[in-house]
Amino acid sequence: MDIFGSYALLLAFAFAVYAIAGGIAAIVTRRPLLIKSARNAGFAVCALIWMGTASLVYLFYTDNYAMAYVAAHSNRNLAPYYKFSALWSGQEGSLLFWSFLLSIYVFSVLFTYRGKHPELMPYVGVVMAGVQIFFLTMNNFIASPFRVFSAAGPGGILHLVTRPDGSGLNPLLQYPEMAIHPPTLYSGYTGFTIPFAFALAALLGRYPGEKWIHLTRRWTMIAWAFQSAGILLGAHWAYAVLGWGGYWGWDPVENASLMPWLTGTAFLHSVIMQEKRGMMRVWNVWLVFLTFMLCILGTSLTRSGAVNSVHAFAESNIGHWFWGFLLLIIIVCLAAYFKNRDYLRSDNQLDSMLSRESSFLFNNLILLVACVAVLAGTLFPVLSEAVRGSKISVGPPFFNRVNIPIAMFLLFLTGVGPLLAWRKTSVESLKKNFGMPLIGGCIAAAIAVAMGLREFYVGLCLLLGVFVTLTILAEFYRGARVISARTGANLLFAASQLTMRNTRRYGGYVVHFGMVLVFIGISGTAFNQDKQMDMKAGSVMTIGPYSLHLQNFDSDQQPNYSSERATIDVDRDGRSVMMLYPTRRFYPSNQESGTMVAISSTMREDLYVVYAGTNPDTNLPVIHAYLNPLVKWIWLGGVIVVLGTILALIPNRQAVMVMSAAPAGASPLPGGPQPVRASFSARSKLPENHE
Amino acid sequence: MYLAAGGTLVKAKSKFAIGAGIIVIAISCLAYVGAQQSKTYYHTISEIPTLSGSALHQRLRVGGDVKTGSIQHYSGRTDFVLMEQGKGMPVSYVGTDPLPDTFKDGAQCLVEGKVQPDGRFVAETVQAKCASKYEAAPGQSQPSGGAPAAYPDGKG
Repeated sequence: MDIFGSYALLLAFAFAVYAIAGGIAAIVTRRPLLIKSARNAGFAVCALIWMGTASLVYLFYTDNYAMAYVAAHSNRNLAPYYKFSALWSGQEGSLLFWSFLLSIYVFSVLFTYRGKHPELMPYVGVVMAGVQIFFLTMNNFIASPFRVFSAAGPGGILHLVTRPDGSGLNPLLQYPEMAIHPPTLYSGYTGFTIPFAFALAALLGRYPGEKWIHLTRRWTMIAWAFQSAGILLGAHWAYAVLGWGGYWGWDPVENASLMPWLTGTAFLHSVIMQEKRGMMRVWNVWLVFLTFMLCILGTSLTRSGAVNSVHAFAESNIGHWFWGFLLLIIIVCLAAYFKNRDYLRSDNQLDSMLSRESSFLFNNLILLVACVAVLAGTLFPVLSEAVRGSKISVGPPFFNRVNIPIAMFLLFLTGVGPLLAWRKTSVESLKKNFGMPLIGGCIAAAIAVAMGLREFYVGLCLLLGVFVTLTILAEFYRGARVISARTGANLLFAASQLTMRNTRRYGGYVVHFGMVLVFIGISGTAFNQDKQMDMKAGSVMTIGPYSLHLQNFDSDQQPNYSSERATIDVDRDGRSVMMLYPTRRFYPSNQESGTMVAISSTMREDLYVVYAGTNPDTNLPVIHAYLNPLVKWIWLGGVIVVLGTILALIPNRQAVMVMSAAPAGASPLPGGPQPVRASFSARSKLPENHE
Repeated sequence: MYLAAGGTLVKAKSKFAIGAGIIVIAISCLAYVGAQQSKTYYHTISEIPTLSGSALHQRLRVGGDVKTGSIQHYSGRTDFVLMEQGKGMPVSYVGTDPLPDTFKDGAQCLVEGKVQPDGRFVAETVQAKCASKYEAAPGQSQPSGGAPAAYPDGKG
């Protein structure tokens, strides 16, 4: 199976080379047969990568410990589902997994647009094959997962050596979330290849108009949703497994996943400018280039340890390849841009500061600034060594100081932006649209201050969060009321009608609402408390309204690990509310231990209890308890963000029923998809409501 | 609208530029303050004796391997010796968190804290990692030739 797998990957590499060469030939000669043949090569590459991946999975499940990768990341007693996730637990496997996910996207794109857009697709195929070649080079020649153990036998002939058992999967990865977090995040990273391929293809082929934006909109949203979910799943994993009481530490690997998300978010917003107003073409192309570069940078930071080397931990040799690839991408993008930049001229200019355009510009600016700050902070050791000769790293205070105000400004724009009119907004309409929500936000903040809130940013976050939520609700209400008045349906049904008629806009609002919840959840960090104590049976620890009564300790023996468990009876305000079981596990196969955090989570707060270790002085177990308010809002917000994105991906339903009921020549309904120029006539009636 | 746009257009653009400038400057100031507050200098053990003046009083981060047999627990602190390329540095860990399980003889270790005048490093945080088996384990980089010997006890 290993030979099968490695040959499949080798063949995939060969086909990818053909897909590029044939694709370029097809572009030059414009022969339909060549176009088709290059496309078929693209299909073959994908199928072969799937076979290669499947054979590695097979090797894991058959416990083939002649394979170096399998032996290093699995063992016989490993639970079956983790044998599958062991696939992406090491460098070689995760690079193969990158290829695998990318090939799913590539296959879907080639299949969806087969026989369509003959001017554009050959270019797209070439770009995608180019990216695939890089990863296949890694899979085949640099970090092959199909290496075997062998030893020289008599006569110097090498023969296979099979080890009796593997050294096991890292315990930190033996957790359900770790089985879904990397695939999700990687699906985000790889997914941005598609808009990148289309943008570069459109630029190279001078493909007219905004069509590439329309074509890639859904792909970008899919990648973005995966990236968002992946980041939050990673945060949740860090929270639930690492046992340090937090979910985000501005670690280089976390930052690496955040950066493409920031530029991807900017891109999702600024494409609307291009679609509606023909502006920001250069900006959009570069934004999507940058997002893809950051995805590659992120993968390389995650995998190569380029920045981790600051921590003096093992550095691997693949970093140079990624830097080389990144350099190549930059050169190709620059060359394509300078050759064809005249094709990217804007149709329109910024008319007014009080306009949707300017809110998008600020949104983009602020997201980019955040991205630059995170990038600078992450690469600070590398940069400072180059400039000053000494490696300096910056910690969370740097990132927090910069990003909290940025987040507040973004939250403000989230409320304001969608309600500003294109081109220019009048002050009266501002008052009408924002008066009530702003008053609502101020009231909420005032109540919080009266109740003793003294944290400036938390108050601001609450004010803006309420403001944004009210503007979103008002948007739904206004639209639903019009539909309800015309059809007689109740408001709730009318609101769902409204949403289905312009899923992108109202799905977007749902996403915004989800982000509000995430921000509110994060603001709870300001009130985190924690306490650490050596405890024995009978000890009591109090934290906030809770008191933790330690009942006893017990231990348990499983095939793959042994565990020690504390049983804690938790009282809240004097009443027993639950039992918590913080646990430590020891994995003999790799001599490592892991902690199983006990979390009791409510919308109000999380009680988070860790069996932290043993105090060497007293020989007593150490229990570390954290009280983290509002954390659950983050996960809930994340779910809503993903649901909102899915909603926005559903095609719009035409308002047949309503339109037939409406009198001929009626003004366009709010929320209906309307091109901006056509709706100018309706401006007097619905000044701010057209998209 | 477009006819009148000449004047407003320039105005809107320059207004945006001013707004953008304010944001960028404000964020840069915050970044500077944040960086000053949290910067940590990374040094190797052999560089520590060459440090002088203000550099000695900064927060430092030093990496190395825990010298076998050097770990000693005392009340309220743990002492050990960090080795890098044959040079050693005595470290006292005084943090409140229990040391990580991965902290043991021979582990790769990263300490953060300050150097005392007597050359002892007082660490507030210690991160440790088993001599890595996840990355670049021997036998993976050299797939053929006596690899089993590289795994004497079933781990890299």
